[in-house]
Amino acid sequence: MCGTCGCGTGKEGPIILKPGEHKHAHKEHHHLHEGHHHTHDEDHHHDDHTHSHDHSHDHKHKVLKIEQDILQNNQVLAARNRGYFEAKNIFALNLVSSPGSGKTSILERTLADLKDEISFYVIEGDQQTMNDANRIDALNIPVIQINTGKGCHLESDMVYEAVKKLEIKDNSILMIENVGNLVCPSMFDLGENKRVVIISTTEGEDKPIKYPDMFYTSDICIINKIDLLPYVNINIEKLKNYALQVNPNLQFFEVSATTGEGMEAWYGWLKSPS
Amino acid sequence: MHELSIALGIVKIAENETKKANAKQVTKIELEIGTLAGVELESLNFVWESAIKNSVLEFAEKEITVIKGLGKCIDCDTEFDMEFIYDVCPNCKSNFKGILKGKELRVKALEVI
Repeated sequence: MCGTCGCGTGKEGPIILKPGEHKHAHKEHHHLHEGHHHTHDEDHHHDDHTHSHDHSHDHKHKVLKIEQDILQNNQVLAARNRGYFEAKNIFALNLVSSPGSGKTSILERTLADLKDEISFYVIEGDQQTMNDANRIDALNIPVIQINTGKGCHLESDMVYEAVKKLEIKDNSILMIENVGNLVCPSMFDLGENKRVVIISTTEGEDKPIKYPDMFYTSDICIINKIDLLPYVNINIEKLKNYALQVNPNLQFFEVSATTGEGMEAWYGWLKSPS
Repeated sequence: MHELSIALGIVKIAENETKKANAKQVTKIELEIGTLAGVELESLNFVWESAIKNSVLEFAEKEITVIKGLGKCIDCDTEFDMEFIYDVCPNCKSNFKGILKGKELRVKALEVI
C-alpha cells in the first residue's frame, strides 16, 4: 500500500501463531470500512429521511468538537495489557532496533543463560516467517509469533491477542521482540514496563539523532557486537552522548551476544530492574 | 511508515463520532499534528486517499494545524523553540527538558451532515 517502504496492513491482518500451528487462525485487525456507509440512502429509503429532521432545518452542517488523541485506541489496549501484567507480576520488555542489530541473538543468549532462574515468555514480531519463533522454541521457551504482513510495527491489540494465547504464569518475564524498524514502533505503546532499544557497533554512532523518536521513548539502550570494536570505525562515547542528548535518562549496557562479554550486567538488571 | 496506521486511526475516530451524532458524512476534518509527534505529513497525505476510501471521510476536506515544538529546560526553566527532539537548552546546554508542545496528534473537530 505504501510506495515508500512497502508497508501497510494486509487484508488478512496480522497472523498470530505458536510454532507448529497452522496458518489459518488469522484475526482481522484494521477495518478500513467499519460500518456500512451508503451515500445513496436518502434517495432509496424515504422513510429514513424523517429521522434526520430532529434538528433545526437551517443547520445541515454540524460541528463536533472531538479533541481525541489519534493513538487513543492503541493506548487504551496498551493500558489493558499493562494492568494484566501488573496483576500477574509479569515484567514485560519491548525490544526494538533496526533489522540486524542482534535482537534475537541477545534474546537467545539471555534465555539460554537464565532460563533455569527465570520463567520467560516470548512474543516475536516480524513481517513474515516463523524463523525467530522457531529459534526461541528450540530453547523450550513458550513463544508466539506475530506476522504483521505488510505492517511495520506491533500494536497493542496484537500483543493483547498473543498474550491471551501464551497463558503466561505469574512472576514471569515477557520479552516482546518488535519488528526490526527504528521508526514506526516508537509510537506504539504495547503496555510494556520498559522499552529496550538495541544498536550495534556496525551502525553509525549518529543513529540516535537520526532516529530520535525511538531513543526518546526507550528506557534502556543495549550496544551490541562490542566484539567487533577493533574492526569497525565507531566511537562509543560519541554514540552515548548523542543518545543522551535525545534522552538523558537512558541506561546503557555494552554487550556481545556472540562472546557473552558484558551480558552479566544486563542479566543483573533483568533480575532486579532499577 | 506508520502513517497508514495513523490514517486508519483517524478514520476509526471519524466513523465512531459520526455514528454517535447520527450524521451520515463528514464534510471537514480538523487535525492537530505536532512537529515532534513522529508523523511525516507527506507520508500521511500519501496514504490518506486509500485510507478514507468508502469511509465517512471519503469526501471530507482535511485541515491540518501544525504545532511547532516548544521545550522547557528542567535545569534553568528557559522555554525554547524545538526543531528536533534532541535540541539542547540554548541557555545552559542541558539535555533535560520537558516538551510543552509539538507531540500533539489529535482529531480536533469534525463537520458533519
